[in-house]
Amino acid sequence: MTAISEQDRRVPAWGGFNLTFVGLEIRRILRNRRTMIFVLVMPTVLFLVIGLSQKNESLDGVDALPYFMISMAVYGAMVATTATGAAVAVERALGWSRQLRLTPLVPSAYMATKVISALSLGLLAVLVVYVAGFASGVRMSVSTWVISGLVAWLGSLVFAAFGLFMGFLLPSENVMQFVGPLLALLALFGGIFVPIEIYSDVLQDIAKLTPVWGIGALARAPLTGDGASIGALANALVWLAIFGVGAAQLFRRDTKRV
Amino acid sequence: MSAEPCGDTIDGAETRSAVSLAGLTKSFGSLVAVNDVSLEIKQGEIVAFLGPNGAGKTTTLDMILGFQKPDSGTVTVLGRTPSEAIACGEVSAVMQTGGLLKDLTVRETVQLISTLFYRARPVDECLERAGIIEIANRRVEKCSGGEQQRLRFAIALLSDPELMLLDEPTTGMDVEGRRDFWNAIRQDAARGRTIMFATHYLEEADSYADRIILLRKGEIVADGTTAQIKNLASGRMVRATLPGAGEAELAAWPEVDSVEVRGDSVFLRTKSSDEVARRLLTSTAAHDLEITAHNLEDAFIALTSDESSPASPVGERA
Repeated sequence: MTAISEQDRRVPAWGGFNLTFVGLEIRRILRNRRTMIFVLVMPTVLFLVIGLSQKNESLDGVDALPYFMISMAVYGAMVATTATGAAVAVERALGWSRQLRLTPLVPSAYMATKVISALSLGLLAVLVVYVAGFASGVRMSVSTWVISGLVAWLGSLVFAAFGLFMGFLLPSENVMQFVGPLLALLALFGGIFVPIEIYSDVLQDIAKLTPVWGIGALARAPLTGDGASIGALANALVWLAIFGVGAAQLFRRDTKRV
Repeated sequence: MSAEPCGDTIDGAETRSAVSLAGLTKSFGSLVAVNDVSLEIKQGEIVAFLGPNGAGKTTTLDMILGFQKPDSGTVTVLGRTPSEAIACGEVSAVMQTGGLLKDLTVRETVQLISTLFYRARPVDECLERAGIIEIANRRVEKCSGGEQQRLRFAIALLSDPELMLLDEPTTGMDVEGRRDFWNAIRQDAARGRTIMFATHYLEEADSYADRIILLRKGEIVADGTTAQIKNLASGRMVRATLPGAGEAELAAWPEVDSVEVRGDSVFLRTKSSDEVARRLLTSTAAHDLEITAHNLEDAFIALTSDESSPASPVGERA
């Protein structure tokens, strides 16, 4: 063993960001049974129970089944990314963030790792619902499958930011006990469980301002043929900006203080 | 983007201190946690930061690690800023509590952290040296306090750092656990690692440090080798009533280490109490003379308790 002072010491590339670290992070998330139930099992079960019961009905002028499948994929992905982001609250409560500050890992590399693992879990959530959908008879054009899936997945970036925002806001190990029900409520208002068209006009206008509506409408656009409405796109981008800036601010405050 | 070599610091790798603090001050509201602390720690030293709770030990360590920003004063770690030294893997720390994820196993924890360094020691080697290779597959939440502490030590070994800081590392451990933990640290330090640990166990500082820095209310009240501190403590205190005593005159006596005058009483610290007593009684008007012995414990209490005033540091502070 060489003497301690004669080593080749370097600052790691990419601020310590590396794929092994990302892989271990994802493995940690997959191991959490509760997260898995809410992310993978629940959306699929909801799709099978509610979706299949309305198999031959139509919603918004299209078949209910694919419509609901895309909605559930959006829901699964948003719960996935929120849960991953909000897990920083647990890490902060346990002092893990402090442990990481004793390593070369720079804050932006930590954030990148979180976002990438959140999106990986989000992708998994979309895939599980889509496989269940295909297996239970959903048939759409290839481009509709691909584009709606991609939008459902990438749209969940809004909720990765939301999760991180919550994670830095709430110093609790049980952050998802609060955030989970909040997500369900937002999904209800955002037209995930039921189309917002069943609400009164006033309620519909309000619903269109809530953060789930934009990504849901965008993901279903290839199916409904409405095209990506400017309103839905603006909704998604504005909420992404709000949560993203909020998370960044809290994160900066956090790393200053710890 | 590739790994950047850390390179030598301006003053050169050979001469740089492990830790250099100059006029370090930190307050929290009206509480002055660390007050004008200056010290140099040479490479290879094993230094104990000794003091009661609230003496400013953790705050000082936090500033050395860059967790806290000093209100004034400077911190240099191996010739660099704390964050540079951490990025280079030159400094690591074992924290008192927390810092571990419950859902990982012992090995996974070390493995995960090891990916973050440019070059880390093999995971199993660190587990071995921390004495936890047998419980490598245990979940962190199932580990005892002592085992978790060794896990923190294993993590701190990953970058093979030149300087390791430990904040009250044996709090909550039993006697045997404490001894095993320190044996692991001592063996490791034999390779030339600089160790700085905070403790409020006198015996721990005595047994494991080469040098003790005594802190009280955020100030250094004594700084010397363990032998010097013991010497300071092994002396006796001669107290006598001597109205109008000349402090400077008494301090000039060769056998007197330090003098304090409080009202009509003089307190003389000395290693030859008989000489001092004889001289006081024969050549001055002193009366009501008392001689008290001090042990290390007394010295610690005397130096760190609220009532006493800061004593002059013993030994060199360079």
